[in-house]
Amino acid sequence: MMSEQNRNGEVWVFAEQDNGKLHDVVLELCGRARELADRLGVKVAAVLPGYKAEHLAPILYQHGVDRVYLIDDPRLELFTSLPYAETVIRLIQKHRPQIVLYGATPLGRDMAPRIASATRSGLTADCTDLQISDVTDAKTKEVWKDLLLQIRPAFGGNIIATIVNPFGWPQMATVREGVMPMKPADPSRTGELIREVCDLTDSFFGVKVLERKLEEKKVNLKAARIIVAGGGGVGSRENFSLLFDLAAALGGAVGASRAAVDGGFIDHDYQIGQTGTTVRPALYIACGISGAIQHRAGMQESAKIIAVNNDPDAPIFSIAHYGIVGDLNQVIPMMIKAVKERN
Amino acid sequence: MGYHCIVLVKQVPDTANITGEAMKEDGTVNRAALPAIFNPEDIHALEAALEVKDRFGGTVTAVTMGPPKAADVLRACLYRGADRAILLTDRRAAGSDTLATSYILAQAAATVGDFDFIFCGRQAIDGDTAQVGPQCAEKLGLPQVTYLEKIIDIQGKTATLRRNIGNGWEDVQTPLPALVTVIESANTPRPASVKRYMKNKFKRVPLELPADSPEAAQAKEKGDLLEQWGLDEINADLQRCGFAGSPTKVFRIQSIVLKKEGFASVEPTEEGVRSLVRELIEDRTLG
Ligand SMILES: Cc1cc2nc3c(=O)[nH]c(=O)nc-3n(C[C@H](O)[C@H](O)[C@H](O)COP(=O)(O)OP(=O)(O)OC[C@H]3O[C@@H](n4cnc5c(N)ncnc54)[C@H](O)[C@@H]3O)c2cc1C
Repeated sequence: MMSEQNRNGEVWVFAEQDNGKLHDVVLELCGRARELADRLGVKVAAVLPGYKAEHLAPILYQHGVDRVYLIDDPRLELFTSLPYAETVIRLIQKHRPQIVLYGATPLGRDMAPRIASATRSGLTADCTDLQISDVTDAKTKEVWKDLLLQIRPAFGGNIIATIVNPFGWPQMATVREGVMPMKPADPSRTGELIREVCDLTDSFFGVKVLERKLEEKKVNLKAARIIVAGGGGVGSRENFSLLFDLAAALGGAVGASRAAVDGGFIDHDYQIGQTGTTVRPALYIACGISGAIQHRAGMQESAKIIAVNNDPDAPIFSIAHYGIVGDLNQVIPMMIKAVKERN
Repeated sequence: MGYHCIVLVKQVPDTANITGEAMKEDGTVNRAALPAIFNPEDIHALEAALEVKDRFGGTVTAVTMGPPKAADVLRACLYRGADRAILLTDRRAAGSDTLATSYILAQAAATVGDFDFIFCGRQAIDGDTAQVGPQCAEKLGLPQVTYLEKIIDIQGKTATLRRNIGNGWEDVQTPLPALVTVIESANTPRPASVKRYMKNKFKRVPLELPADSPEAAQAKEKGDLLEQWGLDEINADLQRCGFAGSPTKVFRIQSIVLKKEGFASVEPTEEGVRSLVRELIEDRTLG
């Protein structure tokens, strides 16, 4: 059976950590979890599995968490799906939270569906907004109080879907890094540490990590003040060098739409949008990007947007502050020249 | 003998080719106008299964869920080297979210039975959720290895695999059977073989042929019928399929109406661009 609603349940954030450091998206989610919990009048808790990770609890408190469930076990030092998922599943069954949020990271996207399957709860991927509201069932007119609205662009054009799960609690969602802005830490906040034991038998540890190689992150779009982004209109991997040149002249970073990534022009790490990174730079220059809703979801809060597109009807113009209708192959070199002139 | 691999594949609308013709007045997409394609990462999942078969011996069974037309991707699997192909199709499966879909696919895999691997693409391009693989693994009580980069070795009932972890990679050892999700960098899919194409191009699932027609009788006689299963054949609990088995409900769909207003038009000329740069310097957008 799908599990019942627990109106007093907490709002949970899965506290993904690696090498003794919390993932940024965790702290971003804590801020939103705090708002949702205040609205519901319940506590925010973080689930923190790992080994020697206790020092992370105060950071979680400072970002709005009331309670940390710490599961400390040497066997949990490195992530593997089964033990991590099972740990969270057992805690969900024990404490019955009403909402659980996960970062849509490679780890979160591996583990969260497994948890949703075991608890038979709904899980919405890559939400761009989360709210609490009453919901009336269109057919039965039944009113559900205070559900989690899981909002995301839907496939099929300019549409945004709001997903709810009135049955099958906890209500669960994943959110990409950068979607929820990180709130500043409040050093005066404290919380309660609850130690949970990891009583998993060895049978859960069948998958063994033999070797691991971490690479420095090449792309840091979130920190960039200026982003020059290219889309399908750039046309080729070679042509992307134009964008790198403009970004270099401006001291900015390069980003891309999914069409550019799918076309093999650039790696997925550069993708901006609903299923890429969300950015809010001071200046966003969209070149050869149509402005599909999934792309806009990741950049529309940029302070200034310049769109370069040869189609005057491209949707990107409707969110742009400056529009240049023209061929990017001509316009970008002009921009590079103009920027260099001023230097 | 060898290893039996099940591959879960999906036919998806080609989201990369939403042309003007497919857009409706209200800004939504006319799905029917989009070409249906083999989900890109699923082709790499198939290739991973075929690689296991080539390197270590075994057989490959392709399974898809969808309307009769989805048999296209099954034929594509046969052309490339799958040994068996099964379509799951049932009206009662309509409206399934990822949880219900994974339940149905897991029941199907259990019905096929006796497998060492289930391969599937990491995610499908029409949703990018990446949920169905891990959910199937949980339903079948299997370990999962997501984001396969490379099959390093398989010995007995243990596989050594390299997986991408976003900021690098890791090599893991997993007991078999296991479910593995595959990304594009894992391999280069082989093209269809002409011989296999000639052999399989007339294969149809029963629902693709008019019932009780001479074509249907002929296909059966020639052994050109592909397996087609409904929810009964896989002993599915109907409460866990379709709308009933889907905890996520679409509460609201909003069309975003884009207002065309407020942007400053800049001429695509040297002078136009120069004055834009000047303006951005003046308002301190450019440092
Ligand atoms: C589940 C899902 C998730 C998605 N997630 C994302 C995401 O995270 N990020 C994302 O970006 N997309 C995402 N998409 C894809 C999105 O729907 C669009 O398909 C994609 O953003 C299109 O990219 P594009 O505008 O660059 O390419 P196109 O649609 O190919 O548009 C190219 C544009 O370039 C213009 N152009 C062509 N040549 C030139 C030229 N020489 N000079 C100037 N302009 C030119 C054209 O007029 C056109 O407007 C997702 C889709 C789905 C279904």
